[in-house]
Amino acid sequence: MGTTIGLRQMQVNQKAKITRVQAQGELGRRIRDMGLVPGAEIQVMGRAPLRDPVALRVKGFTLSLRNNEADFIEVEL
Amino acid sequence: MQGKKQIDIALAGNPNSGKTTLFNALTGSRQHVGNYPGITVEQKEGYAQANDHTLHFIDLPGTYSLTAYSQEELVARNFLAEHTPHMVVDVVNAGALERNLYLAVQIMELGIPLILALNMMDEVRAKGQTINTELLARRLGGPVVETVARQGLGRNLLKQKILATASSENVRREPLNISYGPDLDPVIQRMIQKMEGREFFTSTFPPRWVALKYLEGDEEVRAKGLSQNRELALELEEEAARVAEHCQKTLNTYPEAIIADYRYGYISSLLKDVISRDTHRERLEFSDRLDRILTHRFLGPAIMIMILYGVYKATFWLGEAPMGWLEAFFDWLKINLAAILPDGLLQSLVISGIIDGVGGVLGFVPLIAVMFLCISFLEDSGYMARVAYMLDRVFRIFGLHGCSVMPFIISGGIAGGCAVPGIMSTRTLRSRKEKLATMLTAPFMTCGAKLPVFLLLAGVFFPRHQASVLFLISLTGWLFALLVSRILRWTVIRGPSTPFVMELPPYRLPTSGGILIHTWERAWEYIKKAGTVILAISILLWAAMTFPRLPQDAVQPFEKRIVRVQTRQDTGAVSPDKAEDRMQKIEKELGQAKLRYSLAGRMGTALEPVTKLAGFDWKMNISLIGGFAAKEVIISTLGTAYSLGQTPEEGQPSLARKIAADPQWDAKKAISAILFILLYAPCFVSVVVIARESGSWGWAGFSMVFNTAVAFFIAAGVYQTLLLF
Repeated sequence: MGTTIGLRQMQVNQKAKITRVQAQGELGRRIRDMGLVPGAEIQVMGRAPLRDPVALRVKGFTLSLRNNEADFIEVEL
Repeated sequence: MQGKKQIDIALAGNPNSGKTTLFNALTGSRQHVGNYPGITVEQKEGYAQANDHTLHFIDLPGTYSLTAYSQEELVARNFLAEHTPHMVVDVVNAGALERNLYLAVQIMELGIPLILALNMMDEVRAKGQTINTELLARRLGGPVVETVARQGLGRNLLKQKILATASSENVRREPLNISYGPDLDPVIQRMIQKMEGREFFTSTFPPRWVALKYLEGDEEVRAKGLSQNRELALELEEEAARVAEHCQKTLNTYPEAIIADYRYGYISSLLKDVISRDTHRERLEFSDRLDRILTHRFLGPAIMIMILYGVYKATFWLGEAPMGWLEAFFDWLKINLAAILPDGLLQSLVISGIIDGVGGVLGFVPLIAVMFLCISFLEDSGYMARVAYMLDRVFRIFGLHGCSVMPFIISGGIAGGCAVPGIMSTRTLRSRKEKLATMLTAPFMTCGAKLPVFLLLAGVFFPRHQASVLFLISLTGWLFALLVSRILRWTVIRGPSTPFVMELPPYRLPTSGGILIHTWERAWEYIKKAGTVILAISILLWAAMTFPRLPQDAVQPFEKRIVRVQTRQDTGAVSPDKAEDRMQKIEKELGQAKLRYSLAGRMGTALEPVTKLAGFDWKMNISLIGGFAAKEVIISTLGTAYSLGQTPEEGQPSLARKIAADPQWDAKKAISAILFILLYAPCFVSVVVIARESGSWGWAGFSMVFNTAVAFFIAAGVYQTLLLF
């Protein structure tokens, strides 16, 4: 088993598996609607020019979320 | 049944799944197809004929889910619940099947027959994937059709499946029943039992669905529940609260999260062995490679600025010639009509009221068309979402959202937009606060209606730097929109920011047909506005500038002076040329006296003591008052004001030449006028839209008063400062 880190700490091009989504309410719903649920495999595709938001590949499409939103997501490398 | 039988089909799907394109392919209707999340907010309907049936398609807003999270989702789910269509065609992006099925599962839980349209199959095949549609159809218990909406492939098969589904007896009409695990299933069961035999969402949602919504903490369902049966609703809320607490304690999670997990689990079981992946051919997608460059840390912003600036250059370069032709045409028309029509009120109405007013507005159609062409291309290609992505960090500083870019750009962030659709597009913003701030500041942008005034003034006073001046004006619009947003978000609309979880759709080459249709629609919209609202306002304003007419005893001194010049010419005291000059001067003075005496002149004059702080005379005031109705009117009113001040004879100089020749105008006044026009109250139509979108006339009123105050303060401040130099 790999190490568990926050999504924010991931490097560009790094792949990982989501272990935990802590977000509640609107943000939580939005994150889950987009398929960011435990078990989902993600890859960091890039970061916006100001390092924030981050672009992720999940379930075959790209989505972006802000760093402070990524903080709710834990991943396993 | 007499006549054709009608089948109601709702088109649902994620944003960027090609739903609107498929809708167009099915119905042949004309509608904009956007790559930006949530471009189809309005509900669109269309018809198609198939055998002896009429297929009635309803294009629902693109959503990822059926929660009460956004207006789009509410519209979609309430339509499904209240209008009970015969079936739903869920358009899914076959390349992101797993995520797209999340919505499909929720629709199936509502118990409406579902046909799955696997769209963008061409892209899937290009990636080297195959999808076993038969297996998927068997597992779903409903038809699955492969489509490529851009090329119209699969639409006939889809129509056949629609007919088959409509006539079939053994189509699943029962709500899908997924297990949500040992923690939630018993609670759901208990809740269903409680609802049994009681009037509670009976005609709209299945009980199981209602139970799930209670567990998800859906505010809309809870509020409706309370009004339907308070006692029962409170019981359900209690059940939900109890299980939420339990989940929190034992699993450290929330019922909502569990529900999502089980839904995705169910989807995984649906898709097992359905998608085969040829890993050898899997390659770095084209889109990713483009993103490496287009959202690159340094290259990204540089390219973005180049693209946005390129839009201006293209607009002027391509729009200039046809603009000249139109101007020449209207000049020609005026000269000929002046020759045909007898002097008097009618001639004045036609030339000063109608042609000057409407012609001035129509002359800018070519510019606006080119501008829209560029914007459509950026929207449809997927680049606009990257602009939001790159700018979000910046926008957050101002209390806005990356998605605020879109309303700003449509409103005229790229000069030439219109605040009306811009304000409407704020519906994609989830948070009321960011939405309000965007809505109130979007009218600061350089909309297509302000553009002609800026072009005119820039052309007269900064003829060598027209494009640069326009670019600066646009930047000023942005500056004020952002600063004022920040101030609003600190004061009247305070509150935390909302999530930015947003899809970055793959880059696609827009279909030229789609872009042309879109451009034509927007240009036509503008032309129609010129032909209807603006024509009416031009005539009204002409009337306001003509009536009340100068009383005869006030006209007499002018007539006497003319007679005097006439006699002096007859007696040979002055040369005919000189006499002609003097007479024209007198006529002009008379014209101005008439205008000043008119209703509009009186209002403009009354305001002059205040507005002169910003350098505006009464003529400018009249135009600005007219601009409240529609910004295009500013230019047409100035046109009318100036031509009414003179006699409409041969070779009328254009408004630009008139302003250039008017000693009242100078560059300082032009700058002040530009700033004021950029910032002051949104046009009447925008104000109405703000009222509708914000749900309050209070905010609409606020935008009028507040923006005008800001505009006057800035214009007067800058003008007074410039006077010091």
